[in-house]
Amino acid sequence: MPRVNDAVPQGWTVVPQGDRALLLVFGDGIAVEVGRRCAAAAAALRQAAIPGVTDVVPAFNSVAVHYQPRPSCSGAAFRQLADEIESVLACTLDARQAPAAGRQIEIPVCYGGQFGPDLDEVAAHCKLDAADVVRLHSGQSAYVFMLGFAPGAPYIGVHDKRLAIGRRPTPRTAVPAGSVAIANLQTMIYPNVSPGGWHIIGATPSILFDPAKTPSTLLAPGDTVRFVPVSPDEYLALKQEQEREQA
Amino acid sequence: MSITVLKPGLLSSFQDLGRKGYQHLGVPVGGAMDSRAHRLANLLAGNPQDEATLEITLSGPTLRFDSPACIAIAGAALGPTVNGKPVPNNRPLVIRQGDVLAFGARTAGLRAYVAWHGGIDLPVLLSSRSTYLRGGFGGYKGRALRTNDVLRLRSPLDGPDLDALARELWNIKIYLPAPLGLAPRSAVRAMPGAHTSLFKDKSVDDFFSSEYRISPQSERMGYRLEGNTLELKSNAQLLSEATSFGSVQVPPDGKPIVLMADRQTTGGYAKIAHIASVDLPAIAQCMPGDALGFMPVELQEAQALDMQREEAFEQLCQALAPVRRLLQGD
Repeated sequence: MPRVNDAVPQGWTVVPQGDRALLLVFGDGIAVEVGRRCAAAAAALRQAAIPGVTDVVPAFNSVAVHYQPRPSCSGAAFRQLADEIESVLACTLDARQAPAAGRQIEIPVCYGGQFGPDLDEVAAHCKLDAADVVRLHSGQSAYVFMLGFAPGAPYIGVHDKRLAIGRRPTPRTAVPAGSVAIANLQTMIYPNVSPGGWHIIGATPSILFDPAKTPSTLLAPGDTVRFVPVSPDEYLALKQEQEREQA
Repeated sequence: MSITVLKPGLLSSFQDLGRKGYQHLGVPVGGAMDSRAHRLANLLAGNPQDEATLEITLSGPTLRFDSPACIAIAGAALGPTVNGKPVPNNRPLVIRQGDVLAFGARTAGLRAYVAWHGGIDLPVLLSSRSTYLRGGFGGYKGRALRTNDVLRLRSPLDGPDLDALARELWNIKIYLPAPLGLAPRSAVRAMPGAHTSLFKDKSVDDFFSSEYRISPQSERMGYRLEGNTLELKSNAQLLSEATSFGSVQVPPDGKPIVLMADRQTTGGYAKIAHIASVDLPAIAQCMPGDALGFMPVELQEAQALDMQREEAFEQLCQALAPVRRLLQGD
């Protein structure tokens, strides 16, 4: 990977992604510390409101900066923007300083049964009881690394290693909205009916995305989530409440 | 004040320059596939460049105007007619009450854009009037047009003498600066990216030297390509990260996909290259079955070409001041 600015002492590289985006790469692998640095960098860059920058998109170990061509920097748009980004990050991103914590959000989940058709399979694969899977999944708060896949769809992790399981060999063509699914020590919540290859262990009545609301998403990168087990009756009551609110 | 959809066409949806600023929430940018043609149509109709236009695909709609309007059509040559008489692309056109705009046989391109002076009355959702078809929101009721839909003009053309206006508009000479034209390209320009070195050398060579064919499974989200399959040096899993308009991602089957306007904001497949923004309109006008090749371009050059096009738009915008004066003046 070409390193653009070696003068910056601590940990990130800037690489072009085509002519209207660049990627800041912070370390490799999935780790909450790396995720937090990405979220902090994204927040600093959004705050800096660099002219021409349209989107700042944090992911597991990278932050994408999408930009528009600017007449002032003919021919050297990438270089100039990379330098501006470096100076913003050099000022605001100090490795010794913990980044500001995101919000803490509770998400009710009805596990198993019709709501989580893969729970027993996951338990068998992990050599656990279904109740253990629920306990491990809901017992620890987890971090929202990024939103992607669909509007409002979060990648949440990293879960207890005992929940290790890959994706399903064949993705389902239609997963119900609100499905809470795991794979690769992460949780995905499907905001809408969509194809999906992760193991569905439950469902949430929470609405992940509503374009008419501000903010339009329940979660944002950098938030911390705690899954709270609820009974089928509680699930249905919460769902009705949500629907009344939306109507 | 309104327009009635007599026939919807194959896929007609309102698009603007996209839903910018929400990708970190997983919201796709969307917007016009051929933003060049979209911007042209708007400027020629005396609009700002980000007003929503109707993106029509291959077989266009039939629309009845229940009030006068000024429109402009740009992009693909899809045989536009008003009351059965052919009308040109790339001109402001005065439409009378009761007129019917229809489209006939395609002679070039795939997508045309119809701009209305003053725009169509559509809600702004997350800073944009673009239709996100898969998400079912934005544009006109979050979907493509259907028969009997009624579109409302935001500011109707209410000048007393439409004939005089039409004459005066016709007398304005309009020259499109060369960088705004769409010369056919045998190969679109693309930049290697951070993942390019993850591919086998032969695959990189194949990508930049062989011919691909656009698969029928191509739409606003992405263009699937048939041709030499591309292989990674190792099958190490990549972490999901942001994608761009024009990123060429390669799933495990080795068949490249060019990510287009409605692409997902993030993806986990390796990206072999990124198409130069200046050449994205050329791809947006390609049909399934068309051949497509790629040639490497340096970032500096791609950005210089992009900037040239921006400057040409600036020139055209200034040159069209008389059109805006006529349309806004009465």
